[in-house]
This record gives sequence, C-alpha cells and structure tokens, in this order.
Amino acid sequence: MSEFISTTIPKFTSVFIAIAVFFMVLSLLFAIAGRLDGKKTRPVSLAIFLGPALLLLLAGLVIPGVRTIVFSFMNPDSNGWVGFENYYWMSQDPNVKTIMFNTILWILVVPLFTAALGLLLAIMLDRIKHESIPKSLLFMPMAISFVGASIIFKFVYEYNEPSESQIGLLSSIVKFLGFTPTDWMLAKPLNTFLLMIIYVWTQMGFGMVILSAAIKAVPSDIVEASALDGAHGWGLFRNITFPMVKGSFIVVLATGVVGALKVFDIVRTMTGGNFGTNVLANEMYSQTFVQFDQGKGSALSVVLFLLVTPILVYNIRSLRRERAHS
Amino acid sequence: MKRKGFLALTGVAVLSLVASLVTTTSASAAVNCDPFTAYKGLKGKSVTIFTSILEPELTTLQTAWKDFTTCTGVKIKIEGSNQFEALLPVRVKGNNAPDLAFIPQPGLLAKLVDTGKVKLAPKSVVANVDKYWSKSWKAYGTVKGKFYAAPFGSNMKSLVWYSPKQFKTNGYAVPSTWADMTALADKMAAKGQIAFCGGLGSGGATGWPATDWVEQMVLRDHGSAVYNGWVDHSIKFSDPRIISSMEKVAAWMQNPKWVGNVKGIATTTFQDAGKGIPEGKCMMLQQASFYGNIIAESGATISPTGDAFAFYLPALSDKVTVPVVGGGEFTAAFASRPEVVAVQTYLSSATFATSRVQLDNWISANSGVPLAAYKNQVDKLSATYLANPKSTFGFDASDLMPAAVGAGSMWKEFTAWFGEGKSIAEVVKAIDASWPKS
Repeated sequence: MSEFISTTIPKFTSVFIAIAVFFMVLSLLFAIAGRLDGKKTRPVSLAIFLGPALLLLLAGLVIPGVRTIVFSFMNPDSNGWVGFENYYWMSQDPNVKTIMFNTILWILVVPLFTAALGLLLAIMLDRIKHESIPKSLLFMPMAISFVGASIIFKFVYEYNEPSESQIGLLSSIVKFLGFTPTDWMLAKPLNTFLLMIIYVWTQMGFGMVILSAAIKAVPSDIVEASALDGAHGWGLFRNITFPMVKGSFIVVLATGVVGALKVFDIVRTMTGGNFGTNVLANEMYSQTFVQFDQGKGSALSVVLFLLVTPILVYNIRSLRRERAHS
Repeated sequence: MKRKGFLALTGVAVLSLVASLVTTTSASAAVNCDPFTAYKGLKGKSVTIFTSILEPELTTLQTAWKDFTTCTGVKIKIEGSNQFEALLPVRVKGNNAPDLAFIPQPGLLAKLVDTGKVKLAPKSVVANVDKYWSKSWKAYGTVKGKFYAAPFGSNMKSLVWYSPKQFKTNGYAVPSTWADMTALADKMAAKGQIAFCGGLGSGGATGWPATDWVEQMVLRDHGSAVYNGWVDHSIKFSDPRIISSMEKVAAWMQNPKWVGNVKGIATTTFQDAGKGIPEGKCMMLQQASFYGNIIAESGATISPTGDAFAFYLPALSDKVTVPVVGGGEFTAAFASRPEVVAVQTYLSSATFATSRVQLDNWISANSGVPLAAYKNQVDKLSATYLANPKSTFGFDASDLMPAAVGAGSMWKEFTAWFGEGKSIAEVVKAIDASWPKS
C-alpha cells in the first residue's frame, strides 16, 4: 500500500503541474490577445485559435506523411537514397501484382455489397413491428473488431479431412447439400471472397442504419402523392426512394471504399496474406515491421495514399456541392 | 451504509496485508538465498521482459526464478506474445521498449542493434558467457564485433515426435538411419496410417516449420560448409545442391502416400499438427524439442514408454556425421538500470539454467548445467546431441538470414510451395530475388 502511494503520488503531482502550466500559458495568451486592438486583433486571434490545431496536424499528419514519401525513395534502413527502385520493385514483383489485383477487387466488391445489403435491409425492416430489435441485432457485428470477427469466421470456414466430421459451419452446410467441402482458405480465388464476407458481415449494419435514417427522412407527403399517382413497389423505390437517399448511399459507398483499401486485420488473421489473398495494407505492414524494409513499406503506403486521395476529393466535393444547395 | 462498507473494506485490506506478510516470511524461511548475495539493494525494483515464449512455459519460467525474486525483492514482469517478432521492433521504434527481450533470431538482434537502442552486455554477463558457453554460441549474440546478448534457452530441431505406445501396438521400431525411417513410413502407409503429420500455420510467421525441414535436409545432404554458404547467400537457393535438398524434402513431406493431404499442411497450425500423435492419427512429426510442451497440453505423457516421445532425425548418410539443427534465444537489454543488469546476469548464470532445467522442458547450452539435473528425458536426449563433439551443428538458417528472406520470402514461398503447389524452380527464383542487394 505504502509502495503504491509512494509511486503514484509523484506521478499525480507531475500531472497536476503539467495541467497548471498548460492553463497558465493559455491565460497568458488570452490576456495578451485581449489587450490587443486595432489591426493586429484578427491575425493574432487566428493564430491563437488555429495554432494548436495546425501544430497537431503538422505533427500527426504532415510530417509523417512527408517522411513516408521521403523514405519511399530510400533503402530499407532509411540511410541511403535508391531513387525509384522501390517503385520499380512494385511494378516487377509478381506478389505485388496479386496484391494490387486483390486490393482493387476489395474496392470494387466490398463497398457495393455493404451498401446494397444495407439498403435492402433498411427497406425490408422499415416500419415493421419492433423494428429496433432486428436492427440492433444486425448492427451488433459492427461492435466486434475485425480480428474478433475473423476468429469467429475461422470456425465457420474450418475444414477437416472428408473422412472426419466437419465442425466448420460452411463445410457442414456444403456436406449436407451433398457436395464435398474443400479447404476453403486454399481455394483461389474463392478465398478472397470468403474474406470479404467477413467485412460485409461486420459493416452492413452501418450501411443499414445510415440508409434507414435517410429513408425515414423522405417526406411522407411525397410518398403518398406518388402512391396516388399509381407508383408502388419497384417503381416507387426506383423513382422516389432511391433518388432521395442517393446522397447517403454514396456516403456508405465511399466509407466502404476507404475501409476496403485499409483492410488488414482480416487478411492477417485468416491467412497471413498467404494463398493469394494478400492486400496492400497487410504487405505494407509485413515489409515495414516484419522484414524491416522501410523503403518498400513506405512505397506501398504512398501508393495506398494515392489510391485513397481521389475518393477523398470526391467526398469533399460532393459535401461542398450539398452545402451550396442548402 | 456507505460507512459500514468502507469499514468492512478496510478490514479486508488489513487482513490481506497481514496474510501477505505472513506468507512472505514463511516463504523466505524455506529459500536458500546464498546464490543471490551478489544482487543487493534492489528491493521493490521491477524489470519488464518481453518474449515470444507463451504459456505454459511462461509460468514455468516464473517458477524457475522465484527464489531470485524472493531473495532480492526484484519484481520480474514478463509478457509473452505470438506476434513478438512484429511487435518488438514497433515497441523499440516507439520508445516503448521492454527492459529485456528474449530474441529468438540473431538476424532480428542485428536489426535491433542497428536502431542503437540495444545496450552492450555488462561485464558480469560477459564473464558468465565466457565461462559457460562455447565461442560459437557467444558469436551468435555478437553483432559487428560487439557482444550484446547472452544465450538464454536453446532448442534442438533435429527430432521426430512419435508415440512409443502406438509404435509398440503396431510392432514398429524406432529408426536409426534415413533408410530405416522411409521403410517404416512405407510400412505405415501400407497399413493405411498417416506416416508423417505436418503444419505450417503460425499467424504472422506461417511457413516457418517448412524452413526447418529444408534446413535439416541441406545440413544432412551437404554438411556445414554448404549450409553456412547457403546462410550468407554465397550459395544461392537456385544452386543445384539446394534444389536437390528441396526435392528430398518434397519426396518426404509432400509425399501423399505418407502425409495424406499435402495442401492441408499449409492451413494446419503447427500446434494442431501433432495433436493426433498419441491416438495414432498420424505416426511421426518432425518438430523441435519444445514440441513436447504442446503435445503434453492435452494430458499426454511424454516418456520413452508413454503417449509421445522423440527420436533423433537420422542422418542421410555417413558423409555428414550427427547433423544437428538447433536454435535459441538471446537476452537483449534495452536499459542498463542496476536491477536490469542484475536480472540479466542472473539469467546468464548456471544457477538459473540449472533451476530451470530441473523444472522440465528446457535445454541450456550452458556447460555449467550437469546433465543429471535434466528432469525431462527429451531434453536430456537433445542436450546429448547438442554437446556431442562429433556433431555437425547448424544454427537455424532462417533465423540467420536477412529478415527479408528468413522472416519474409522464405516463409511465404514455402507456404505457397506446400499450399498452392508452386514449383521448386519458381520458389527458389522468388526467394533469390528477394535477397537484399547490399
């Protein structure tokens, strides 16, 4: 007990001192800003209010970003220049080709399914009895980490020799239907899609919640008016509901694309990037932290960054456009 | 109400304090503190250790140094992770290094030394290593002429696990030559048994068991000179000698007659691979000395007449005598506080090695450990081969190669060799291409 106190109290003291110093500096700054008048007021207050945020942005984003770009032109230990060699390696290495192909596949398939399934669920569950119960259940996988979800699916995809009993859900279903199960994680290119199912399973709840909110925001007088004009079912959805929720649909899609580009945990947990399932983020991690090649790792992250950029630009643009409308 | 609860809590706290005081005194009475008189004035200090060693070995380690911690009052906080190889460099780079780490790869040690965060071995550790270990062992803890890390545990990889009970039931004899072993495997196959099991799965390190198999074969096939040339890449993977060794591995571990489902080896975890040995689901598994711990988890007895035991993986011919592939961990320090030096010195002493060896499942190349101290039969068997003056010893090659190969392309390509049926020609081409240029 005394040991606990003797080691903990000094820690707290230093914390309190740090907080006190922080407030003193702040009040000093505000005091200075308050005394200023005339022309200098605006630039100084701008600096005081934006300064900390810009400083953090610089330390957390700009400097690491620039460093990564610089490292991508350097050797594994980042102490010598190699020019474009790391990028040349990316264009030549057959493994990187598989990685690029898989990453693009993830970008194309995953967001579409996440958004489409989310929309389908949102429509199907709209205005049914006790709507919140199935919705909560569907949203729940979102609370599971990708590693946790992958471990769950490891059991789903478990495979045993045909002579033994199948404990994996997928293998059991396939066997029940009269087919022979295979070692799922080895079956190219099916294995990549099986990994995507994990992502879609955890994320479709998110799409459903966003789109469900958008559907509820469609004014009921419009729906009623179109119903009077004879629109129902598919027609109502295609001409009224979907155009009204399109903005939210695109938000879900864009989130999905960024998420799919960054996917790492699922691949690492399920296959370790073996059997032709590797993706960009996993290879970046392996190169940097397992094989200690900071150059190749940085080059891969630069490419990842370049791939994300257009989506971010599009997102910001459409956000601005929406603001201009309203 | 609240007051009452508080009083009760205080009472419990006081009681437990008294209880803990009582237990400490009774424990210290039974412990002989003489070997630890050198480590004084460190009471209440703590040392953190990060390792790839997992349970149940972690608990055994803590039992082994319990006397040390009781007598000196130094607390040792040890943390094991199966992502050790990946996490340690991240922690070191992020200035969050542990005080000590048991590094199982000399290549990783060299990489960490390059970061400038690894401390040179203190004099007391150098003295212990000079006294108890051979020069070759010291060399593995040395980077660019400077000695950093004392050997910790060691392991013997040239073992084959089998079930003495199953062998007895089937009337099989333990093979002593390679030809005997293949003949035995054929006999098993004729009975419909799986002769060899195997598993490459190991999270981020998937593929390493296959590197062991190839190492065994290169050393058995060609001896030390070629083995060491292969390690430093003066002999390439595409060299006909290495290819012929890989073909021998393919004829052994990729022989469907002996292993059943070849591709399944790639998706089976190495821990699960040998689980069926006691029941005879498969008969033999080439794995390192530590594997006894994993088989014993299911309650199997490890002894020359029990559910599982090991025999020495036979030599291929008389050309290379007693080939032994082995490995080990090295204790690297990232801090030089007195308590860290004390723990480091203690861990490199014969006192620690002997107390650990007495507890089962551990081998030390520390010559201060009497063979009679070994509780575990397998370890005694391993120590016999590791210490055999005739033996041709090779340190685990993938651990010595650059991380880009030994912890990268070799794991990846060998996994593809087993799991995707990639050809040897393509595998060696990809590995050679990944070898760092400088």
